[in-house]
Amino acid sequence: MENMVNIYLYGKQYSVPANLTIMGAMEYAGYTLVRGCGCRNGFCGACATIYRIKGDRELKVCLACQTKVENDMYIATLPFFPLVKQVYDLNKIKPTEAVMMQLYPEIYACIGCNSCTKACTQGLNVMQYIAYAQRGEFEKCAEESFDCVMCGVCSSRCPAGISHPQVALLARRLNGKYLAPECGHLEDRVKEIKDGTFDELLESLMQKPISEMKELYNNREFEK
Amino acid sequence: MTYTEEMLKSMQLVAEKRAANAALEPTRMTADEKTNLLATYHPDYRQDKFKTITFGANKGEKAPIELVELLEANARIKAGDVDLEKPFYDVDVLIIGGGGAGSAAAIMADEAGAKVMIATKLRIGDANTMMAEGGIQAADKPNDSPAIHYLDVFGGGHFAAKPELVRKLVYDAPECIKWLSDLGVEFDKAPDGTMITTHGGGTSRKRMHAAKDYSGAEIMRTLRDEVLSRQIPVVDYTAAVELIKDESGAVAGAVLMNMETRELRVARAKTVIMATGGAGRLHYQGFPTSNHYGATADGLILGYRAGAKLFAEDSLQYHPTGAAFPEQIFGALVTEKVRSLGAKLVNVNGDVFQHPLETRDVCASGIIREVDDRKNGIKINDTTSGVWLDTPMIEYKNGEGTIEKRIPAMLRMFGKYGIDIRKEPILVYPTLHYQNGGLEISENGMSTVENLYVAGEAVGGIHGRNRLMGNSLLDIIVFGRNAGVNAAAKAKEVKLGKLTLDHIAAFDKERAEAGVVSDKVSPMLLPTYTHGNPVFEDKKAF
Repeated sequence: MENMVNIYLYGKQYSVPANLTIMGAMEYAGYTLVRGCGCRNGFCGACATIYRIKGDRELKVCLACQTKVENDMYIATLPFFPLVKQVYDLNKIKPTEAVMMQLYPEIYACIGCNSCTKACTQGLNVMQYIAYAQRGEFEKCAEESFDCVMCGVCSSRCPAGISHPQVALLARRLNGKYLAPECGHLEDRVKEIKDGTFDELLESLMQKPISEMKELYNNREFEK
Repeated sequence: MTYTEEMLKSMQLVAEKRAANAALEPTRMTADEKTNLLATYHPDYRQDKFKTITFGANKGEKAPIELVELLEANARIKAGDVDLEKPFYDVDVLIIGGGGAGSAAAIMADEAGAKVMIATKLRIGDANTMMAEGGIQAADKPNDSPAIHYLDVFGGGHFAAKPELVRKLVYDAPECIKWLSDLGVEFDKAPDGTMITTHGGGTSRKRMHAAKDYSGAEIMRTLRDEVLSRQIPVVDYTAAVELIKDESGAVAGAVLMNMETRELRVARAKTVIMATGGAGRLHYQGFPTSNHYGATADGLILGYRAGAKLFAEDSLQYHPTGAAFPEQIFGALVTEKVRSLGAKLVNVNGDVFQHPLETRDVCASGIIREVDDRKNGIKINDTTSGVWLDTPMIEYKNGEGTIEKRIPAMLRMFGKYGIDIRKEPILVYPTLHYQNGGLEISENGMSTVENLYVAGEAVGGIHGRNRLMGNSLLDIIVFGRNAGVNAAAKAKEVKLGKLTLDHIAAFDKERAEAGVVSDKVSPMLLPTYTHGNPVFEDKKAF
């Protein structure tokens, strides 16, 4: 007999094998998942889940695909959360403090309760990256928020109505486009290709018989 | 995590031999050794797991049994189920699929002034792109060139790729990296702007660009943000269940189904881009998969029924390092970057048994040989064994902090189960990862059916019979953009005729004439999982 545990899906009790993830347990219980299930590997944020162990006051958060069931777990999934995403043309905005003031002014209403950080399924310091965004420190905001999967649990707990993942995404795009150092060798290569520098070489490779290509391939030098 | 006695004993050997193993430079296999290894151990060579396609554009060719059954199955709808005269959506370019390829295509088609719409059966970004960890290739360093990249791609794919597609892939690569950078994608760079690049399996130059080990996620969320900022309509939880043609035989839209209410709606379009991704969730040969929930080969099915030709539909990629333990993440991707950073593959005796960066097909076959034939695997349970991927070797070689900085997702994924990959090696075994084949396209991105474009993993021919790490993120951008540009341009000159679904009946007739009887419907849309619950033994999700 498999080792079973009792869990409560939206309040209803089910007995499921103890080795399953929450997502697996829902499927074992007979749910056909359409919402609340995406990559099943912890990258897409579709399966944000809130749970509480019976008798415990603390509310916990997780991704259902990355978390094993426990006995007496009360589970509610959050397959969608209405985050606010502002529309912008990245070419027309600049990495200044004013941008945040303009697009996401609610970040300045943060009361410092730290509920967002406590609610992060990735264990990120959410309140800290919002603080960086407030100060226009986009590089720091980008780094601190980098592992965000945009599940939205932070925003569901925020009394100020901040859409943290969207703020972070804007900061990362601003950082990637405007603040990160430019890459000289990339620019050079793009130009060389445009100028046709490699055309003849490529053309000759494409014309070579397979036997010759094999010879070339099997004897290529590897960069150490 | 609870390790078995055997695991702990073996882990001890791995630790003892770490210093010697780190110093070792394992030799690469010769061409003949590789050929023999593949023929003996690669799952693509297991003849009994393949079946001949009995009718349609690829009649007489082999494909995995699970795919053939879906290719030859019944349509989900009949021609009379919808009123084609009253399309609910009417656009220039309809994009089916909201992953990296579909999003890149949408941005470019929108840029060209076309009226674009994305339909996706889950959400935009629920795609294999989101899960790509290791990186994206581009020959943009002085010691590298598109020609060297070409040779790596073409040889790595066993000389089976279409040369003009490989040329496009390697030629457009640097420009695509620049395009992504300009959209705000944060590539790992040195303070002077130099890209931090590493090797992948089968690359002769270090040209793997990355955004930590969230490379795909970083690209996907940026593209998604751009799509939404451009206010391109994204109809989510809506699957394409059949293509629509016009009376000239050109593709002219699709029948869409709401995944929650099952309501059908007609989308008319001057051109269609199929960007539906891969097939890992078909679990070929019973393999676990690293793919996202919706990877069920829908685009191949829809395209094939509409007459489009497939290319290399019998060629799959098994990623050498799927997680083999703990069982909760069985089959999940352990990025190749772990090996790029210096971790080696080690057997139960603590010995390195092959070069860690052979191409994926060779590397996976070598692991299968080590476990199944040489019996040097580490037993995990009654059905599974694996080999060690010696992650602590990364910091042994490159210093403390390397793992947290370069592969934080891996640290987190195993950390959730109490495994600290900085201190303990991890157990891996090949997992179904990528569909090398797919719908055949020409250089402009169009399939063999007029006005049906294809982009991303649904395409066949770019990678031949084996894809290199980092060339998939590259191909979705190169060929996604390409399809977007060309589909938008073509839409300007298309004059749509009367819409029809006659191809369904024609396909039914072909099936009957071939003597095939099928009780299946396709596309599959979503897999069914019940985790052994006997109550739901015969359940079908969709």
